[in-house]
Amino acid sequence: MSALHFQTIAALADQLAEKKLSAKELTQAVLARTKATEPRVHAFNFFDEADALFGAVASDTRRAAGLALGPLDGIPLGLKDVIAVKDQPLTASSKMLANFVSPYDATVTTKLKAAGAVLHGRLNCDEFAMGSSTENSATGPTANPWDLARVPGGSSGGSAAALAAGSAIATLGSDTGGSIRQPAAFCGVVGLKPTYGLVSRFGLIAYASSLDQIGPFARTVEDAAIVLNAIAGHDERDSTSFRTAIPDYRAELAKRRGPWKLGIPREYFGEGLDPEIGAAVERAVAFYQSQGCEIREVSLPHTQYCLDTYYIIATAEASSNLARYDGIRYGHRSKNAKDVVDLYFQSRAEGFGAEVKRRIILGTYVLSSGYYDAFYLRAQKVRTLIRQDFLNAYKEVDALITPTSPIPAFKLGEKSDPLAMYLCDIYTIGVNLAGLPAISVPCGFTKSQLPIGVQLIGQPFQEANLLAIAQAYERGHEWSTKNPNL
Amino acid sequence: MTYEAVIGLEVHVQIKTRSKVFTRVGAGYGHEPNTLTDPVVLGLPGALPVMNKAALDAIIKAGLLLGCEIAPVCKWDRKQYFYPDSPKNYQISQYDQPICVGGAVEIELPGAARNIMGEHKKIPLTRIHLEEDVGKLNHGATDSLVDYNRAGTPLMEIVSDPAMHSAEEAYAYLTSIRATMIYGGISDCDMEKGQLRCDANISIRPVGQTKLGTKVELKNLNSISFVRDGIEHEIKRQIAVLERGGVIVQETRDYDGMAGTSQSLRSKEEAHDYRYFPDPDLLPVEVDAAWKSRIQAECPELPFAKQRRFQADYALPYTLTSVLVWDRALADYFEAAAKLSGKPQAVGNWIANDLLREIGNAKIELAATKVSPAHLAALVQLVESGAVLTNAAKEIFTEMFAAGEMPEAIAEKRGLKAAPTDSNELEQWCRDSIAANAKALAEFKAGKDSAINAFKGPVMKAAKGKANPKLVDETLRRLLASS
Repeated sequence: MSALHFQTIAALADQLAEKKLSAKELTQAVLARTKATEPRVHAFNFFDEADALFGAVASDTRRAAGLALGPLDGIPLGLKDVIAVKDQPLTASSKMLANFVSPYDATVTTKLKAAGAVLHGRLNCDEFAMGSSTENSATGPTANPWDLARVPGGSSGGSAAALAAGSAIATLGSDTGGSIRQPAAFCGVVGLKPTYGLVSRFGLIAYASSLDQIGPFARTVEDAAIVLNAIAGHDERDSTSFRTAIPDYRAELAKRRGPWKLGIPREYFGEGLDPEIGAAVERAVAFYQSQGCEIREVSLPHTQYCLDTYYIIATAEASSNLARYDGIRYGHRSKNAKDVVDLYFQSRAEGFGAEVKRRIILGTYVLSSGYYDAFYLRAQKVRTLIRQDFLNAYKEVDALITPTSPIPAFKLGEKSDPLAMYLCDIYTIGVNLAGLPAISVPCGFTKSQLPIGVQLIGQPFQEANLLAIAQAYERGHEWSTKNPNL
Repeated sequence: MTYEAVIGLEVHVQIKTRSKVFTRVGAGYGHEPNTLTDPVVLGLPGALPVMNKAALDAIIKAGLLLGCEIAPVCKWDRKQYFYPDSPKNYQISQYDQPICVGGAVEIELPGAARNIMGEHKKIPLTRIHLEEDVGKLNHGATDSLVDYNRAGTPLMEIVSDPAMHSAEEAYAYLTSIRATMIYGGISDCDMEKGQLRCDANISIRPVGQTKLGTKVELKNLNSISFVRDGIEHEIKRQIAVLERGGVIVQETRDYDGMAGTSQSLRSKEEAHDYRYFPDPDLLPVEVDAAWKSRIQAECPELPFAKQRRFQADYALPYTLTSVLVWDRALADYFEAAAKLSGKPQAVGNWIANDLLREIGNAKIELAATKVSPAHLAALVQLVESGAVLTNAAKEIFTEMFAAGEMPEAIAEKRGLKAAPTDSNELEQWCRDSIAANAKALAEFKAGKDSAINAFKGPVMKAAKGKANPKLVDETLRRLLASS
């Protein structure tokens, strides 16, 4: 059996239930692992050992009293540092919020606490979730546990790397244009971006409100289902959260066995796709075919507009969402300001990093008087067409299968050109624009031993189906049992 | 040259709701600074707005009262500008799809005299939309402090067409809006508490010209009289500029009501680009027919309609209706007492002359008075039936106001009832009085009806003032007819 810190929620929950293991032992093991790997990985902005152990002991006490809460009770989980936890730092990996402590819990935090999870740390990410490598962090980059010279992906790179390194049993990230799926692919773990509106955004630091969605990173599809069970559902504090019946995603896995009709969008296999990744995804397609699934080529004709559309809508919303960081009420306040206007300029100039500034400027520009119609309004119309592409495809197929990222994890510092970085997201952003659920599942390694992910894109609010399709692949392979040598 | 002013008003009205417009924390005035706040009000990282339905109900009601069309779908937009009183540095507002469109505000201009009704006009509205109020800055000598208690209070902006032509009209417009909002229970419209605020767009043009002149926005008109004075001042300023051969510059000016002066805040070039865009955190709201009709059912009759009805149904004079209709509680009080007593004019007079005076002296609200409509109706009936004389009724009213006893009981207790007259005795006093005044008798017989009053004095004197005047009148007429 593998070390405690590399086991699944499902396996650990059984051991906890059978009292072969205590939450305290488990948490101590994960914390010891974290302390051992953090100097090399830097997945965490902050972890609170005392608080974690307190949570673990509380879990053991509940269990001893016969009041255990479910599969997450006593499981150490890490949250991306854009999700609020009461009385814990909330920095978005920005100098702007370096000293900010949240006075309240995000809805997902409340739900995970209610499920008994031990929330032991705040995970590194690109500043305000803007980036694809976790290099845009005020606390420094996170390294990929499979190759410390490489990035873990982003923006939720800390969430993926902590899990791959065994510093957490599962984590939460947020996905605005691929920020869960791409780092999951880079780090060889499962990453699920739920349908927009399935998981409350209350307490998630907003990057692009109409695209952001919180989701789990996990070692297996089943673990992702267990975490999704805890965090999904309507929240009256988030108007964009959807009122829909939430099935037991874990229980549904056993009931849904296919075969399914899967679509291959031809636009996702063109120029720029690394041949090793292309081949791995083709093997995954062949596997589904061997399992009796029907494979059809489909077209998403507006795919070529996704990147432009995304960078208009996301930056427009970001420029507005980040206006509140002004040094007046909280966050970084410049000591050099002459007056109130200067205070805004100086505090924001000092507090934000280059990528955040780039996106604020772009977003401010596209919303400006005289440019709104040509950029923002048109982008919204194209967004509708992009969503329609997917819905048309779903008239024929149950889900789509694509690469998660066109390339495997690249070297730290390798992509200094922002546009080259933006191109990493070409297979993931369409999903956010269309508001769909999608999952990245490990599907092999490159010759240089870098993980590869396959992306499955599902129908709106059909996470139960999507997870079952993903699990069908996972069952036929051993990728999820592989761990980096660290 | 003679000039005509063209005025449009932007009136902000705070909606009276228990909680703020996008979160549950309470709304209110006069609390310790920064106590009516929560993560949403303060714009903390991760906080999200959720629409308060009571605020929507209120603005729909305002729209229905002012004859607006209620949009079937309204959406929320972010109006973006940096200022320390704005916690998110954007204000959630409505840009191109306001909830209320069109409509009009009925106004009355001053009449030729106090007792003569003035001209009525309808000032057309452009729109009414909902937004969130901002916080308040308190400037010290070396620093400024921000209080976010007001931030997030539901605020509606009522925008008129540029359809007013004098400070007097603007004043009447604002008065009418205030009465409408108070009537609807939408706002208390206390200008001192900032519940009603007004900005004016003012331009002038030579009489006869149809093209609008360059407009100046006048801000900080924070009392109703400042609105009148400020607009008056701005019209004069613009005329003076033109007469000097100058040009009006499009700008925003700040009016100092205490000094009666204004100064430029910013020119058109410095105007903000608010970069409006739809708020992605809030979904558009559909207002269906059932919602509208539910609110319609709660809409009260407005003062001018009530005034017309009081004049028609109760035959009340203009001056009396003017006293009664502007306060909804007072108008309701009147109608209740009028219906109980069947004597609307008498009830109206008692309210206008006595009740309002006593309430004023006691410095209490109408709701706090011990004189209920039933009390007043009973008093009016006692007087009308002759059981109590007018002077005695005044005494009864004073006591009723102080103690809240029914008038009948007070009259009994204090011996203020007209005497339960022995009819023989009364008849004898009447005979004596007629016999003693041959001149009046002759005049009465000659057809001068008022001559009968000459006989009443001695009768009352003999009765020590306690005879029922109605009975005295009847007895005298019977005796005179047979004499």
